[in-house]
Amino acid sequence: VSTAEFDAKVRKLAAQFPDSKTAILPALRLAQEENGGWLDTESFERVGEALGLTPAYCQAVASFYDMFHFAPVGRHSIDVCTNLSCALSGAQEVVDAFESELGVAPGETTEDGEITLRTVECLGGCGYATVVSVDNRYRQFVKAQDVPSIVEDVRAG
Amino acid sequence: VPARSMLLAGADERDLTKLAEYQAIGGYAQALRARAMTSDDLIAELQSATLRGRGGAGFPMGRKASLVDRKSPKPKYLVVNADESEPGAFKDREVMARAPHRLIEGCLIAAHAIESQEVFIYIRGEYLTEYEILARAAEQARKAGILGDVNITVYRGAGAYICGEETALLESLEGSRGQPRPRPPFPPVQGLYMSPTEINNVCTIATLPAILELGVEGFTSIGTPGSPGTVLFSVSGNVEKPGNYELELGTSMRELIYTHAGGIAGGRQLKAVIPGGSSVPALTPRQIDVPLDFDSIGAIGTFFGAASLIVVDDRCCMVQLALRSTKFYMHESCGKCTPCREGTRWIVQLLERIESGDATTADLELLRKVCDRIEGKSLCALGDFAVWPVQSYFDKWHDEWVAHVEQGSCPYGGESSIEGIFAPSDQHTHSPVATVPA
Repeated sequence: VSTAEFDAKVRKLAAQFPDSKTAILPALRLAQEENGGWLDTESFERVGEALGLTPAYCQAVASFYDMFHFAPVGRHSIDVCTNLSCALSGAQEVVDAFESELGVAPGETTEDGEITLRTVECLGGCGYATVVSVDNRYRQFVKAQDVPSIVEDVRAG
Repeated sequence: VPARSMLLAGADERDLTKLAEYQAIGGYAQALRARAMTSDDLIAELQSATLRGRGGAGFPMGRKASLVDRKSPKPKYLVVNADESEPGAFKDREVMARAPHRLIEGCLIAAHAIESQEVFIYIRGEYLTEYEILARAAEQARKAGILGDVNITVYRGAGAYICGEETALLESLEGSRGQPRPRPPFPPVQGLYMSPTEINNVCTIATLPAILELGVEGFTSIGTPGSPGTVLFSVSGNVEKPGNYELELGTSMRELIYTHAGGIAGGRQLKAVIPGGSSVPALTPRQIDVPLDFDSIGAIGTFFGAASLIVVDDRCCMVQLALRSTKFYMHESCGKCTPCREGTRWIVQLLERIESGDATTADLELLRKVCDRIEGKSLCALGDFAVWPVQSYFDKWHDEWVAHVEQGSCPYGGESSIEGIFAPSDQHTHSPVATVPA
């Protein structure tokens, strides 16, 4: 979208809050969505411009959080929880299955630019291990044998 | 309200995400009753109920509300901590997904008590589905005129464990990096936007309608005198039936693990229970005949915490468990205080050396010393959370640690105690390699 449209969207967000700076997380999220899932120099400039903050400040805030990304990512994300409860329930086998199904290691994106695989910290689904967040929607009780069909779904969607 | 179900009452029978369904079981009647009371009377009632905070610290909710500076000319804020990120905890998520209106009703009660018209629910960014359910419920309630002059904003975090720490949460909500603040001043005096602020966990707030419905006497007759009410216990790890179980406080830990959660999976033996989420000292199988309430759990040297039990079976190596746990806290350390920022890295290095069999007895002593030099030496509790598990695994399963050194390898064999349960250290990437643009 154009800078003017982006500005308008962010200012509308900012108007909801007692202090416009509170809008920085939703604004960064919007900038990330509109930049193909990651934030670049221009993203920080746009957010800064719309909120009256410096790009450096916006980058400093963004870099604090795991859900912002600073290098190109795939169109889809597959995040596998490997914290204690999932690990105790076999999360590593699920990670291994995704690695072999996708041909990439955690932190990498498939060559066709479709899917980024990550291992992540606790997603808050410990009783339903292993939890896999696919484009921010949880799949629970995932076993290694479920992996091919999950990847198929992601590629189809 | 049936005695053992407050938070999720009605959610098995009805779709309580719908306003009409929640109202059909008496929903929002208690918010109306609260509004008919003066804020002084309401706070007095909440204080008498002695509801202990469900987020981890167990601070009495009514007392916290009484500390809010209601006379301040500034706006008063109610902030609900829905940043549930403690490994092992998934109770808030279920309440938000299945009984969102109960949380909103609790918000209206708490807001009335502290004379607030501004409520923020800070929900962790990963809970997208729950955010949508909650935001929709708040909008339904607003359209139905139920919120009155109260404005409820559901605000998404962006992935940072530390934002569950209340002052870090406020920093994040104000648009800064989520780093904890020095205290005092405490939030009830100077919190969000430098204004008086009450911060409570989701389950704490969602319990308020039940307190008004049952009355102080009815509410305090459930649970134990020091810990009244019910709690939604999250049980995970190596049990047959992991999940959330809403039970009276004071229920035996053994009963929760062996009756409700079906015992240890696959007929294996219990090795350890981490009772409050991954940050607290673990218990041995001999210690589990204990009532699940704040004081009883505290009396055996650990914490009730977030009522989240991680059950560990006998295949697990405690050094590996410590390593995985510490890597999490190392990643989540906000970087503000040196003992936590640097110390967690030291611990990870030492644990890797011990697990690989390259450590000496001196390294074991050093590990214990580094832990002691982190504990109690940072602004918030994250440093403590990093070392309490390590200290307890080290002290209670000490032979295992010595065996790593004497044998020169992990006694559980190879790289891992359960084949492949713990990822190799280099795998924990959280985002594609961070080449931050210049």
